[in-house]
Amino acid sequence: MGESTGRWRDLDKLLLRPGNIVSPNFEPGTELRDDLQTYARVLVVGAGGLGCELLKDLALSGFRNIDVIDMDRIEVSNLNRQFLFRLQDVGKPKADVAAMRVMERVSGVNIIPHFCRIEDKDLDFYSNFTIIALGLDSIEARSYINGVACSFLEYDSDDNPCEETIKPMVDGGTEGFKGHARVILPGKTPCFECTIWLFPPQVKFPLCTLAETPRTAAHCIEYAHLIKWDEVTTKSSFQFCFCHSSSACSHMLLIMYILFQVHSGKSFDADDPEHMQWVYSEAVKRAELFGIPGVTYSLTQGVVKNIIPAIASTNAIISAACALEALKIMSGCSKTMSNYLTYNGLAGLHTKVTEFVREKDCLVCGPGVLLELDTSVTLQKFIELIGEHPLLLLSKPSVTYRGKTLYMQAPPVLEEMTRSNLKLPLYDLMDKVAKDVIHVNGMTSKNDTKQSCLLKLRIVFKGIDGMTDMDMASGA
Amino acid sequence: MIKLFKVKEKQREIAENANGRAPVKKQSAGELRLNKDISELNLPKTTTIAFPNGKDELMNFEVTIRPDEGYYRGGMFVFTFAVSPIYPHEAPKVKCKTKVYHPNIDLEGNVCLNILREDWKPVLNINTIVYGLHHLFTEPNHEDPLNHEAATVLRENPKQFESNVRRAMTGGYVGQTYFTKCTC
Repeated sequence: MGESTGRWRDLDKLLLRPGNIVSPNFEPGTELRDDLQTYARVLVVGAGGLGCELLKDLALSGFRNIDVIDMDRIEVSNLNRQFLFRLQDVGKPKADVAAMRVMERVSGVNIIPHFCRIEDKDLDFYSNFTIIALGLDSIEARSYINGVACSFLEYDSDDNPCEETIKPMVDGGTEGFKGHARVILPGKTPCFECTIWLFPPQVKFPLCTLAETPRTAAHCIEYAHLIKWDEVTTKSSFQFCFCHSSSACSHMLLIMYILFQVHSGKSFDADDPEHMQWVYSEAVKRAELFGIPGVTYSLTQGVVKNIIPAIASTNAIISAACALEALKIMSGCSKTMSNYLTYNGLAGLHTKVTEFVREKDCLVCGPGVLLELDTSVTLQKFIELIGEHPLLLLSKPSVTYRGKTLYMQAPPVLEEMTRSNLKLPLYDLMDKVAKDVIHVNGMTSKNDTKQSCLLKLRIVFKGIDGMTDMDMASGA
Repeated sequence: MIKLFKVKEKQREIAENANGRAPVKKQSAGELRLNKDISELNLPKTTTIAFPNGKDELMNFEVTIRPDEGYYRGGMFVFTFAVSPIYPHEAPKVKCKTKVYHPNIDLEGNVCLNILREDWKPVLNINTIVYGLHHLFTEPNHEDPLNHEAATVLRENPKQFESNVRRAMTGGYVGQTYFTKCTC
């Protein structure tokens, strides 16, 4: 290991020496360094502005097993800040190129690219990683990964999180000169869903303003995008019908059809340059009509795709914070940031760490209420049980299990569709798993006032513990 | 933390798939909240709801409104709802499937209702939207026009507006535009 003395000199200062602000289970030594390289598996979600930085930072911090997942291809406009990409890479998958470039520059690191959507991977894929680093730009994607990571979390019978089931996440995000980095240890620190209220509501213009009284360039663009697009779609298909019926003027109508066929009957795709160009030119016409200045192609992209200009330095700072937290979580060489760093470099520099608290009843990361049941309990009986349970006292509950609607109290059409489930054993309805999470909602009485609530329940079936399950699996 | 994973890694080698977790569909927080909204729906008697994709796919559904008063009495109007996985952070996307002569609904089915866009709040729910839509039929509003012509007629000549609505609902032309019959 001659190479490591020099190469990991800086890292060794953190990993080989004891300290005062380390995590309680920190055991400095070369074994820790080796374990980190052997057993830590990092998933980087997103290979864009933040993702490129994250990959580089993690590889240089001594992580050796890294996967990266991204569904996008490289565009020319990425090149100013996504330093792993070159002009000749335009059109290639971001994940592939990013992985290749980092492996070329950092010896010993193995990066596996995944060019697909995050939803395309199953839970087993995600469960393989020791930590997940997020370099994303949407609430949806964060919420999805958060849900996946939290789904591995298990609680013991005292509602304490089981340490070995915690899937840590570090989440970075930037918006121009502003950014955040946060540490999510499901079960210990607030998960993404606990603090979703932190996100400001999206700016949406009233449709009638767009249609009648546009005042800004953004209004004109949204008019073209939301109203004009559909209008032309409907009309062009109409004209196409005419083409067939009247041959005399078919030539002219065919030309019209070609003009419109860019999106005849198609729904708008923000990633299709032709679509974007069409919206841009319609927005220009609209702006001219109302004498509004300022419609440009890049503003059109900005409004339609909700793009905020990205700044390379912000990405670098936020990524560095995330990579450092990942190293701290994995090695214990220092206490982790607790738990949400905000950075603002717009005027001078302002940065602050805020400790957010968990949502006690969070549906995603909370423990829920533990219930032990016999495998013979029917859904009907289960509904009666949760009505009598002192912690729940839930009347008129509806029940869902992993996307399956087991019973709905209302509306009548759904009640009717799910009624036949009532006489079936819950164990069967839950695909005969030994334990799992189920969600119920209904009315609960607190101080004589009825309140509607949505709860998470942890169901454990008696006599079917993990051991017997394992026996069955190996016996089969 | 890495120590734990080292131990776990070794255990995994011994008992692969020991917990027998079946590959299952994940449920988003948005879906859970929508389920709650749906199970607590308290629809006006003029309104029905349908789930074209069955009981396990509630994120897309249709609401049918049959106004029992006002200009649109006797009509039947179908709205499609598409709910995002981050509901209620984001409002459902609602469109009117029935072509209707209405100042606040354009001929492509876009609906101008404040709570669907600029005034959406996560405390609102599906019920609120349905009541909002219902309100559009009892009190069409010429001040927020999406269909400019209809709004002008409503403002300047309510009698004419009433007869235009009748004509559109029973199937026929209003100006250049043909409306298919939507009375029940």
